[in-house]
Amino acid sequence: MSELKIGEREVVVPGQLLAVGMDFLPSHGTYRLGEQIIANRLGVSVVEGKVIKTIPLAGVYLPKRNDIVIGRVLDILSMGWRVELKSPYTGLIPIKDGTFEFIPRGADLSRYYSIGEYFVGKITNVSGQNLIDVSVKGQGLHKLRGGRFVKVNTNKVPRIIGKKGSMVSMIKQATDCKITVGQNGLIWLMGEPAMENLVVKTIKKIENESHISGLTNRIKEFLETATGKKLEAINEESGDNSNGSDDSNNQSKERDE
Amino acid sequence: MAEKYTKRFDGRKMNETRPIVAKAGVIKNADGSAYFKIGDTIAYAAVYGPREVFPRFMQNPTKGILRVNYNMMAFSGPGERNRPGPNRRAKEISLVSEKALLPVLDLEKYPNTVIDVYIELPQTDAGSRCAGISAASIALADAGVEMKDMVPAVAVGMVGDTPVVDLSYHEEQPGDDMETVDIPIAMVPSTGEVTLLQMDGITNKDSILKVIELAKDACVVIAETQRAALREKYAGESK
Repeated sequence: MSELKIGEREVVVPGQLLAVGMDFLPSHGTYRLGEQIIANRLGVSVVEGKVIKTIPLAGVYLPKRNDIVIGRVLDILSMGWRVELKSPYTGLIPIKDGTFEFIPRGADLSRYYSIGEYFVGKITNVSGQNLIDVSVKGQGLHKLRGGRFVKVNTNKVPRIIGKKGSMVSMIKQATDCKITVGQNGLIWLMGEPAMENLVVKTIKKIENESHISGLTNRIKEFLETATGKKLEAINEESGDNSNGSDDSNNQSKERDE
Repeated sequence: MAEKYTKRFDGRKMNETRPIVAKAGVIKNADGSAYFKIGDTIAYAAVYGPREVFPRFMQNPTKGILRVNYNMMAFSGPGERNRPGPNRRAKEISLVSEKALLPVLDLEKYPNTVIDVYIELPQTDAGSRCAGISAASIALADAGVEMKDMVPAVAVGMVGDTPVVDLSYHEEQPGDDMETVDIPIAMVPSTGEVTLLQMDGITNKDSILKVIELAKDACVVIAETQRAALREKYAGESK
């Protein structure tokens, strides 16, 4: 008889026994050892019917297809741009995915993106060897000018975005800042200097307190006292995800409070 | 012939480890870190990565590499030994620690990268490599690296004819009338696989087999302490 050894949404650590018996199936972050299913990374357990998996709580950003990321141009090559994605692997923007403009043969590529410039891009492909293709051609994808950057833990990104972007739109509404959140944990923002500071503070607050329940209300209160504005309640159903981040992906990671 | 070793200097039972304190996430700048104190031995471990490999020629396109650096701080020892630091002994322990941790890591997930583990010991009183491995294993888990299990480590041995667990510095020193044997062991609790086994001293096969069994029991307890440290750090995340 198969037996589940853990509850739903419980912190599990490597080597922890999750279930015994062949009626359960190991998915991401777990493996089978004989009759047992054991966690192989630090995370939160999820049981979906027979399938057991864990959602990681720590770790570096590993690029996934269709992720919206913020990156920096590292180098200019003959076939495009080498970019840094706050990940162990660098990405490549091929010339054809760099811009909507026509780039003539032999053009000086630094006219489009020069070294050190930041952009919002989308991961178009990740190969088995972790060669990463990035595109800056598409809706919401562009070069970033001005503003400032905040680095956060990539595993906390779903909490910063909130359900259907509710958290980030609340911050935008309170501070009138432009904000773009990259799945890789890099956040770009631009607005009034005082408001920029407030956004940075808010983001750090979310990152540090994401595990304490009632996060949305606390952040709302925090923003209301800081700005003196009355924020309308964010309707979680209609909240837009205007930062352009991958919707389905964020929601699957987003947890109930 | 040697007298019988019937009572330990610190009053512990023969199969009892020194008191253990373990914490995860003690170094802010590292991707994962841990503190592991066993008796008077203190180990810090910091993990960076997976990250790009420098120098480049070291990178392996089939799997990631693990680099472990073990270091006793200059002021860590009782002052009797030669000055601690990056010496031949440290290099050997770095190597065996790396080999002790490798079997649980699935580095094929991270080709062309490196995971750097730095083990620093601000205070040592025997069992430092075991404390280092135990700390490193918590730090690796804290860094979110995929690993099959924790790697607890403990030194076991013989004082005279008595098998003991977790020798203190005092017990490790052979006396005039008593031989001591010191066997540091690391293992994977879920499979019982031994990933580190060294021996200092002379004894017979039966005794070794007997103390290895003691080590396995102690390792299971240490592994739970390691997991408890991780759970404590991430306690609130389950909501």
